Amino acid sequence: MSTNNTVSENHSTAVNHEHRDDAGRKMGMWLFLFTELLLFGGLFLVYSIYRFMNPADFSNGSHHLDVFMGALNTMVLITSSLTVALSITAIQKGNAKLALRMLAVTILLAIFFLVNKYFEWGHKIHYDLYPGTDLFKALPSGEGLFYVLYYFMTGLHMIHVIVGAVILVFMGKYISDGSINSSNYTLLENGGLYWHLVDLIWIFLFPLLYLIH
Amino acid sequence: MTNTLKHTDFYDNEGKPAWKAWLTTTDHKRIGLLYFYSLTVFFLVGVLLGLMMRFELISPGKDLVEAQTYNGLFTLHGVIMIFLFVIPGIPAVFGNLTLPLLLGARDVAFPKLNLLSWYLYIGGAVLALSTLLVGDGPPDTGWTFYAPYSVKTGTNVSMAVLAAFILGFSSILTGLNFLTTIHRMRCHGMTWFRMPLFAWALYATSWIQLLATPVVGITLLMIVVERWLGIGLFDPVLGGDPVLYQHLFWIYSHPAVYIMILPGMGVISEIIPTFSRRRIFGYKAIAYASLAIAFIGYFVWGHHMFTSGMSGPARIIFSILTFLVAIPSAIKVFNWLATMYNGSIDHKPPMLYALGFIFLFLVGGLSGLVVGALATDVHLHDTYFVVGHFHYVMFGGTGFAFFAALHYWFPKIFGKMYNLKHATRAFWLLFTGFNILYFPMLVVGIMGMPRRYYDYLPQFQVPNVISTIGSWITTAGLIYMIVVIVKGIRHGEKASSNPWNGLTLDWQTDSPPTKENFDAIPTVTERPYEYK
Ligand code: HEM
Repeated sequence: MSTNNTVSENHSTAVNHEHRDDAGRKMGMWLFLFTELLLFGGLFLVYSIYRFMNPADFSNGSHHLDVFMGALNTMVLITSSLTVALSITAIQKGNAKLALRMLAVTILLAIFFLVNKYFEWGHKIHYDLYPGTDLFKALPSGEGLFYVLYYFMTGLHMIHVIVGAVILVFMGKYISDGSINSSNYTLLENGGLYWHLVDLIWIFLFPLLYLIH
Repeated sequence: MTNTLKHTDFYDNEGKPAWKAWLTTTDHKRIGLLYFYSLTVFFLVGVLLGLMMRFELISPGKDLVEAQTYNGLFTLHGVIMIFLFVIPGIPAVFGNLTLPLLLGARDVAFPKLNLLSWYLYIGGAVLALSTLLVGDGPPDTGWTFYAPYSVKTGTNVSMAVLAAFILGFSSILTGLNFLTTIHRMRCHGMTWFRMPLFAWALYATSWIQLLATPVVGITLLMIVVERWLGIGLFDPVLGGDPVLYQHLFWIYSHPAVYIMILPGMGVISEIIPTFSRRRIFGYKAIAYASLAIAFIGYFVWGHHMFTSGMSGPARIIFSILTFLVAIPSAIKVFNWLATMYNGSIDHKPPMLYALGFIFLFLVGGLSGLVVGALATDVHLHDTYFVVGHFHYVMFGGTGFAFFAALHYWFPKIFGKMYNLKHATRAFWLLFTGFNILYFPMLVVGIMGMPRRYYDYLPQFQVPNVISTIGSWITTAGLIYMIVVIVKGIRHGEKASSNPWNGLTLDWQTDSPPTKENFDAIPTVTERPYEYK
């Protein structure tokens, strides 16, 4: 086995409590992302089992989703992943102004995504297509399950978008007050990683819900 | 130890008011103690509920409580004991107290996150206990929240389930913290295979916490959503599949039983060599066995569902896999026995609890094989045999390991020593009471008495009376032990920094340790447990 060369020299200074371990911080973030994937993994599992049990109903259900809106949101999120990555590169190069601008674009894209989602859900709710209505109760049970999963999965994802956007706002604050800078940017990288996760999950949700018929 | 730094231990509040210094602390030892005291309170509440159940079961018919109250009792007892005591249990208390000491570090990797985990734990606990007081009464589903009953019952299931969700989050954060700590913060010279075995056990446990808990988290959320929106994720009337719920639940909850037992095994692996004055036998085998248990533990969840409607081949495969888990567990037991062989064994209280653990875990493990075998389980499923089995593993195993750890690290944490003679007597009382309480359950289960009823047929009375008497002896033992511990904390004699002559790093620093744990970060040059 490898000898332990990961202990940095910071540890040996006598009473230095607030040492910095960038690799450790990133490791923590990656582990957290694992748990997020598993959280959605449970939903993907339920989705695949119910899809297997009710293929026709699921196909009917997915025909009623708006592929255009979904595709638009996919583009938006992928672009936002790019801008957050650009923001990190900018701060690494010491350009805080550009980094802030890129973050702002990312957050705007997040808001765009949410507004779009609002109209998408609103449209369905307008037609009484949500759990509890008479229309919903009259649906074949498989189709009902499809919509339940649609609301559940996109809803949980939406919460993640909101959380991610709030995190990015804080990142912006830290960049402007200088605590994130060209020699200390792990926090921004971690925020970016979270944002990529939000993006990545959507990239799975989109085909599962909108595209497979 | 010689040093020139100022010498205050971690109890020093540094001028802050005590409540503030404790509630905003990021020191792993203080957080460990916060967990310790809160866990003890919840454990005692759980014991009280258990005592009430046992009292109700002293004779057939109604004695103390109504049937519905009894349903609430066993559910809350289960929820408290599982989610508030055994799952956080050893990692949250003794992992926090000792992991950085064992690794030669100053703290865990994310001290603030550590404090957040404690607050989440308390939040979840308060939510779980308040199901007693608000709404339509405590949940009555059993701690497993099986659908479709859990989505239909009018009792306070949503709150209990949300509590479990929050507690799960707390557990995930602790696991994440420990994993990063173990990867990043081992001191100079401490290679993976020079790590104390308790650290190895925590490492394996943390992976399970991290990888299994989210699945139950999402499953429990589905239950809540299903109840609130009246949709049919698991309710067969609305197209859902209740067996799917059981699968999802046990995909977490079976690995979770290894979250409970692995840290306990780690504690025992620390104590046995120290009190046998022998190098641990098969260090690597024990370390790998922890990982093997964690790994195989993922693939055995189906054995909880032998009677729920699974295909024949699936049941057989799950049964075989279940037997495989017994192998690494047995490896550990044999290694402990081999370590003791020819050693000079010192029957101090920590060692007694460790030996008690081995005995009780053996009974629990072997009865586990009985219910793990497909043919016998079909008969024993949902009988008191199962209740006896899991108390032997969880209380006799993890519970006793918890007490062992408490008696082992007591002088380190409190800097004092409890009364050894009384601690020994408390052990024997507890150990005796334990067997009188639970062995009859195994017997009455084989006779056919089902679990989760407040009433039973007259022919089951004798074992039930014995068991109830056992519950009183057990409680007496617990009270005795608590008195010894409290007296030790208050008036115990001052302990030296290494009263058991241990060789791991936790014993090479002051008792109680300073806030920084070590004056200078130590360097390790050999494996732990090199007793001559
Ligand atoms: C003096 C201590 C205890 C007593 C008297 C006691 C008694 C009982 C009894 C009588 C039941 C069966 C209820 C039934 O099926 O009708 C039960 C269930 C249970 N006990 Fe304990 N117990 C004690 C300690 C513990 C401990 C320490 C743990 C865990 C570490 C624990 C975990 C459980 C669990 C998980 C259940 C199953 C609840 C359910 O069916 O949902 N108990 N206990």
